[in-house]
Amino acid sequence: MVQLTLPKNSQIRTGKTWPRPEGARRLRTFRIYRWNPDDGQTPRVDVYSVDLDDCGPMVLDALMWIKSKVDPTLTFRRSCREGICGSCAMNIDGANTLACIKGMDEIRGDVRIYPLPHMPVVKDLVPDLTHFYAQHASIMPWLETKSNTPAKEWRQSVEDRAQLDGLYECVMCACCSTSCPSYWWNGDRYLGPAALLHAYRWIIDSRDEATGERLDALEDPFKLYRCHTIMNCTKTCPKGLNPAKAIASIKKMMVERVM
Amino acid sequence: MAYLTDRKRAEGRGAARAGTEHHIAMMISSAALVVLVVLFVAAVVPVIGAPYEAVAAHFARPFPAIVTALLLVAGFHHFRGGVQVMIEDYVHGMTRKALIVLMILVSYGAMATGLYAVARLAL
Ligand code: SF4
Ligand code: SF4
Ligand code: FES
Repeated sequence: MVQLTLPKNSQIRTGKTWPRPEGARRLRTFRIYRWNPDDGQTPRVDVYSVDLDDCGPMVLDALMWIKSKVDPTLTFRRSCREGICGSCAMNIDGANTLACIKGMDEIRGDVRIYPLPHMPVVKDLVPDLTHFYAQHASIMPWLETKSNTPAKEWRQSVEDRAQLDGLYECVMCACCSTSCPSYWWNGDRYLGPAALLHAYRWIIDSRDEATGERLDALEDPFKLYRCHTIMNCTKTCPKGLNPAKAIASIKKMMVERVM
Repeated sequence: MAYLTDRKRAEGRGAARAGTEHHIAMMISSAALVVLVVLFVAAVVPVIGAPYEAVAAHFARPFPAIVTALLLVAGFHHFRGGVQVMIEDYVHGMTRKALIVLMILVSYGAMATGLYAVARLAL
């Protein structure tokens, strides 16, 4: 259901302003969402000053600097620090993106960081993505075949392989789905742009033999047709992919099946 | 709180195997409305500011009457479909079902009222 105001236990209060590092000449202010499930308090926004001369250029560098130099309790996910694992997705400067490939110089003024919107929070910047991953699993993200397995390999032409470009690069960061109003209001049933982009990736794979079953499994007013081409997903994808186009292609295939 | 696995929660009740007809109906009614609105404007402009009798006589002619009737049918069909989607987006549970039924009654009621008025003028 649409909720336009935050419930009481989610209302954000002013948090702690951490001391500035001594002797630093170039400082950048970070305003970061904090919530600890164990202290029984509502979320707060803490203010940190980051010494730019002691820290790398990306937002993730600053978060790691804060964690190691100022406040070890600051909690976030990260792994590859080069935009390939999808772990460090968060809402930075009002848009969902990967902290490791978002340069601090791209942001004007204070850097404001929140967890991905409209998701249950585990702690600080870590959202609970359980349902998001289960939805991905539900679209059967693997090659389904019925013919006998060929002696060597499932062959694919260069052109057919090119159909997967712009789809296979998805790192499942959830930036798109958590930017989508339809996913906010109906995420329990709507699969969201990430799962649908993956569904399409297998639907148009020339080697996959379950195209019909895949389309059947998506033909639903909620699983698929909640997408109203709002395009937030495409606008925010840090990998430059276009989930909205993939969803439109699925809808087009649905129409072509009946007309 | 139920002890469901994450996968079961994500599958829900499976796919309803519905929605494509609705999608097609919305696309066709949008396309029809683009044409019908232009035709309707063309039908109405000549009698803007004309006295009652002239307007009534104008709408008794086949072209304005048929265009107006088609516009009412396509328009309220599209309205019905569009508002249903909005209700599904924003309202959940029993209220959702009640509002959808109410909205269907209002749409077809308005369509019938409009068609009755056109028929009165034309026949
Ligand atoms: S489509 Fe883009 S934003 Fe969405 S999960 Fe994949 S990489 Fe992330
Ligand atoms: S295009 Fe579809 S999936 Fe993308 S933000 Fe809009 S409604 Fe969501
Ligand atoms: S740390 Fe891997 S994508 Fe950012």
